[in-house]
Amino acid sequence: MTTATPDLGRKTYMLNMGPQHPAMHGVIRLVLELEGEIIRGVDCEIGYLHRAFEKHAETETWNNVVPWTDRLNYVSPLINNVGYALAVEKLAGIEVPERGQYIRVIACEISRITDHLTCIGASAMELGSFTVFLYMIKAREFLYQLVDQLTGARITTAFTRVGGVKGDLPADFAEKFAAIAVKIREVVSESDKLLTKNRIFVDRVAGTGVIKKDDAVAYGITGPFLRSTGIPYDVRRAHPYLVYDRFDFEIPVGSTGDNFDRYLCRMAEIEQSLRIIEQALQQIPAGKHSLEPKEIKYAYELEDMGKRGDTELIEKYTAKVDQTLEGMGNDTVGSVRAPNRWATLPAKEQTYTNIEGLMNHFELIMWSWGIKIPPSEGYFAVEGANGELGFHIVSDGGDGPYRVRCRPPCLSIMAALPHLLKGAMIADVIPTFGSVNMIAGELDR
Amino acid sequence: MSVSPLQGERRDVAAERNHEELAALKADGYNVLVDLTCVDYAPQGRTPRFDVIYRVMKFDAADGRDLGRVEVHCAVGDAPVLRSARDLWPVADWLEREVWDMFGVRFADRPDIKRLLMYEEFVGHALRKDYPIAKRQPLIGPKSGEKANSPSFNILKPTITGE
Repeated sequence: MTTATPDLGRKTYMLNMGPQHPAMHGVIRLVLELEGEIIRGVDCEIGYLHRAFEKHAETETWNNVVPWTDRLNYVSPLINNVGYALAVEKLAGIEVPERGQYIRVIACEISRITDHLTCIGASAMELGSFTVFLYMIKAREFLYQLVDQLTGARITTAFTRVGGVKGDLPADFAEKFAAIAVKIREVVSESDKLLTKNRIFVDRVAGTGVIKKDDAVAYGITGPFLRSTGIPYDVRRAHPYLVYDRFDFEIPVGSTGDNFDRYLCRMAEIEQSLRIIEQALQQIPAGKHSLEPKEIKYAYELEDMGKRGDTELIEKYTAKVDQTLEGMGNDTVGSVRAPNRWATLPAKEQTYTNIEGLMNHFELIMWSWGIKIPPSEGYFAVEGANGELGFHIVSDGGDGPYRVRCRPPCLSIMAALPHLLKGAMIADVIPTFGSVNMIAGELDR
Repeated sequence: MSVSPLQGERRDVAAERNHEELAALKADGYNVLVDLTCVDYAPQGRTPRFDVIYRVMKFDAADGRDLGRVEVHCAVGDAPVLRSARDLWPVADWLEREVWDMFGVRFADRPDIKRLLMYEEFVGHALRKDYPIAKRQPLIGPKSGEKANSPSFNILKPTITGE
């Protein structure tokens, strides 16, 4: 490491930042070698949130890994769910019905917005704009409520299944989303007014944490971090998956690759994600349930009917089930899940009321009976909120993965962090680290 | 199953030739190391037991297009035959540390490689198939009475810049 200043017998000193530090969200330890306030050396220690995702996945069945993927990037869990499910489906050769694909796109984009809101909000707070943080967390809360209605949980969503999603969109989802989109646009515009021309903010972020195009490529950086340098790489555009090729959206890029550009990229991406969801809700093909309205009965009543042998009557009814199981009835399940019976769970009415459905359900749930994927190996990637989120999966023909490798987009960015910080001032650690949007759950797995 | 452009063409390369092959790929325009990982095939009786996978991408930095990917597989055992790819892609530094940490795969030119995710006192390599998932590790830290010279604080010595 060379320094511009001549060596006058100066002494550097060490500063330990983290793993628990008020200005560092997430557990990570930076050891800085300082000369005055200038950073001369950085060592970055990760692994404090290692929960053995990959090891656990090897002991689970194919579907049981999905809840673990929530814990990877816990700010945008739905993208992880979708990425894992797509990788497994690719190995299994399963195609999800169109409506299911649209629902996955909607879920992914909601997650992308929550991730960007959190990232911008938290970095703004660390730079003194507490108001922006509150605004953005308020907007995120609306989306979490929407996610709650969709999946039954705010963060631990476990929404996808191999061959589909948990359930159909809840009633009047589109109207609720439209109301929330207005509020999010308001928050983004308010935050834009508070930050983009605010000297206190701009002086901290503009020109700091600059990464050159070549370095970003050499470190394998993807996502908004790469796009801030002006390279428009986005997995949704480069390798369209699901139905992303049917939407009209832009890929915002920066030019200088500094913290300010990354902030602008994320702000612009929120708007693009909103546009994608709006288009998806317009294009989404109707599920079966819109064809004939049915009477609704409690699941236990249907169960009693099944026991009495009134099986032909059951077809007339829709099961009313627990809120967490909504959208899993006969009327919708066909439009959100693949028809492969060996891989996808039957509708709840079938499970509750006839022996074939019950057996089908249990054969899929029971250990060493569930989905069996022929021995194969494959890689699939989706555009996570931080970049290319890849899953390399190996199957040995059993009912669970032999090996799951998650390619965390954060890791390449964090590997480049020492390079970004060397020569900067100690105050630059905060905006630069904030713009990395390190999510320890994804980085440490 | 057809090979998707995301996965890329598979190339099996002798472990001794890994650096040679990767350098050739890099010279050919494969400028991004997307991922580096490993699979342990010991329970299937494969020798050598590990399959180290390099995933490289030919990336057009001007307009962000992915021009193709290659998946390089190297079969290795416990002997340190692989060479480090740090000189080709700086991100390989951390990825190799992770492969060492989780699988105990050695890199010939990195004899003093450091773990990435686990702590220095961790015994064994967690993603090896013969590592039991419920295995307990010896207690470290203040309770063991060992405070001085704890390896987790070793990096505090001002050795980073070599000055």
